[in-house]
Amino acid sequence: MLEWLSDRRITVRWTRLAGVTAVLVGGLASVVSATARPTTVGRSAAALITGAGSRPAYVSYIRSESNAVGATAVDWAGHTSAAIPAFARKYDLPCSACHTAWPELNAFGQRFKDRGYQLGNDRDNPIWKDPSYWPSAFRTTPGWRSERATNQITSTDSFATVTQSGFDIGEADFLNLGTLYKDISFGFVPTGFGGDVTLETAYVRFDNLFNSSWVNLKVGKFELDNLLSEKRILTLSSTGGFYQGYHFLPVGSTNDFGIGDNQIGAEIMGHNENSYRRYSIAVLNENDGEPGLAGANDAGGGKGMDFNVTASQAFDAGKLGVERIGVYGYFGQRPTAFTYASDGVTVIPGTGSTNKSFSRIGFVGDFFLQNFEVLPFFVHGSENQALITGATQNATWNSYLVEAHYYVNPQLMFLGRADYVKMSQQGDPATPKTQGNSDVYTIGLRYYPIMFSRAGLSWHTEFSFGKTIGVIPMSGIGNTADAPDPGTVVKTASVLTALDFDF
Amino acid sequence: MRMHSTWAAALALLVATAPALAAQMTKVGNVTGDAARGAQQYRRYCIGCHGPAGDGQGENAPWVDPKPRDFTEATFKCRSTPTGTLPTDQDLFNTISRGFVTTAMPSWLPLSVQNRVDLVAYIKTFSGKWKTEKVGTPIVVPPETPVTMESILHGRQLFQKMECWKCHGPAGHGDGPSASTLTDSKDNPIRPYNFSTGTRFMCGTTNADLYKIFMNGLDGSPMPSFVDNLPPADAWDLVHFLRTLQPIKTPEAALWKAWLPSHASTLVPIGPDAEGQ
Repeated sequence: MLEWLSDRRITVRWTRLAGVTAVLVGGLASVVSATARPTTVGRSAAALITGAGSRPAYVSYIRSESNAVGATAVDWAGHTSAAIPAFARKYDLPCSACHTAWPELNAFGQRFKDRGYQLGNDRDNPIWKDPSYWPSAFRTTPGWRSERATNQITSTDSFATVTQSGFDIGEADFLNLGTLYKDISFGFVPTGFGGDVTLETAYVRFDNLFNSSWVNLKVGKFELDNLLSEKRILTLSSTGGFYQGYHFLPVGSTNDFGIGDNQIGAEIMGHNENSYRRYSIAVLNENDGEPGLAGANDAGGGKGMDFNVTASQAFDAGKLGVERIGVYGYFGQRPTAFTYASDGVTVIPGTGSTNKSFSRIGFVGDFFLQNFEVLPFFVHGSENQALITGATQNATWNSYLVEAHYYVNPQLMFLGRADYVKMSQQGDPATPKTQGNSDVYTIGLRYYPIMFSRAGLSWHTEFSFGKTIGVIPMSGIGNTADAPDPGTVVKTASVLTALDFDF
Repeated sequence: MRMHSTWAAALALLVATAPALAAQMTKVGNVTGDAARGAQQYRRYCIGCHGPAGDGQGENAPWVDPKPRDFTEATFKCRSTPTGTLPTDQDLFNTISRGFVTTAMPSWLPLSVQNRVDLVAYIKTFSGKWKTEKVGTPIVVPPETPVTMESILHGRQLFQKMECWKCHGPAGHGDGPSASTLTDSKDNPIRPYNFSTGTRFMCGTTNADLYKIFMNGLDGSPMPSFVDNLPPADAWDLVHFLRTLQPIKTPEAALWKAWLPSHASTLVPIGPDAEGQ
């Protein structure tokens, strides 16, 4: 099975790691024999799929062959990170203490994470645990799934509907997170499957510097301080297992950035006593988390730096719960000129220059009406024309979503999401304005038959429906080839029922 | 006439049960607790250790040390009220918000105030004492006396005289000769507080919190109440001395460190050799 997966270059990725959870979903494999094909930006589809940035579960990112269109796809949303039973075992707390429904954090869990995975009870130092304790956990999600995509080009039909189904597994996440010492925490999370194992997270964090919760320094590879963490996403299907705005790229883009991808760099963050008020400032490599100073499309990263800034404030709304709003901005750049090795072809990693900018700015909220939770999210994206093949103007777009959860109790919840991407301006004026637009609707439920302090199990069932115009669906469902024409609407649907477990 | 008798009986019943109803009501500041909502919070956050019945027999209890509180006994360590009495709602709220340092009980400060008050209301449903007994009257903490070397040295003498060292150890390390024999009200072994490693106390962080700890005692533990043995001025002296044992910067510690090098030889070591001095 492993070989089969590897050979077919399945692009499943359940990445999701955020700091703490680990999950794995694996991809149900797959489905499409997505043969690796070169993209316009010179990087193989397989490389894109399995490459550096992390993504949510069962998700593989695929770029259009001809247009390098927006994006990438997910097979079966995989995930990395999520709920980390290692913490539950360390502190004897049930999953529900830190999670509204794992892997999503509640206010208590957010504070625990912000403190460097410490409760602050003077027992956080590992010296207080039995030497046999290891801060490790794993997560994966075996199950059954069905995928359907319309208007697919096949050997016999230019507008075929492709349906695939079967039992599958998601990626595996090996979550190793905890404290090295009091006020020194770490994260180390390999994730993947078969030959596609990547190091999703690897960092050391110095907590409470100067005896202040407002100064915490993290160095390494980590998830951006996203209030709406994709590593803790509660949806896992190919179509719905990721936030579109976290990975969308316009038609022709040579960029590789995704808000949901873990990045390499350093971050200063701080929070007040109850973590209601938070901020973070990160300086990051301009290569979307690729190790070895490599950059977009294997072209080599640049010498510049990206910046990510976040701030959020929560409010005690009495009987309603704790409400939180946040803003963020990612200001990045990508090189457009490189230094080559003697063969004149091979780019020397990290030598990129002539940087061109891009940005993602927006806001996010997390509102409770007692057991009902609403999560609005908005991002405005912009890419310099130099980062888009054939462009004569900058490309801009908006993505927005609303996700709702209803918690019947700590062991049963229902969810739904409407997620949109709308282009505002194409880089190439000749490109239809709607090309790349995408709508995705997802509903599902998670039932946790056990809720205690040693492990987690969830029966996850989800249905997701998507509509994409003129590009390969970000989910990667179908034949991973471009739509027959820029105006073709490709509809995808995913059904997933699986056992999501971690220990 | 019959109607009047019925109303009279109802009124009598209402009057008779009024104290119990009042005792069940939970209020912290302007926030009123609701036990039904608290039950939902309890299931999410507390049940693993304190158990479905609130008896401290949750599934994690065998692995937790010190053992979780048994709410059915309505015996609580951190109170502003005298030993043997029920704590105030504010006391329970403060405990939930603060947690217990060096134990498995975390600070639940990130929960909304309403959530925490609801938890207080629910915790009070586990014992009938909340219906039959009155909440204790919080002790009055008099104004703190000035921090002086005389106060600290007198507190040191009291530490010897009141035999605090027998449990907490001569240097406050929690290693006194009686330390290994101590048990709580459930006969579980319990360790005295180690001042040399703790930056916070079990029931707070301020001098007033420390004052209340040994004046009210920690019910359910071997730590007794000294309210009948220590005049308030002496209690403040003891507070000032205990502060010098902690590994944190305090006015008391600063004074002590400045004074000690030139006077160390004049101090009689705390412990059995100093008995009767």
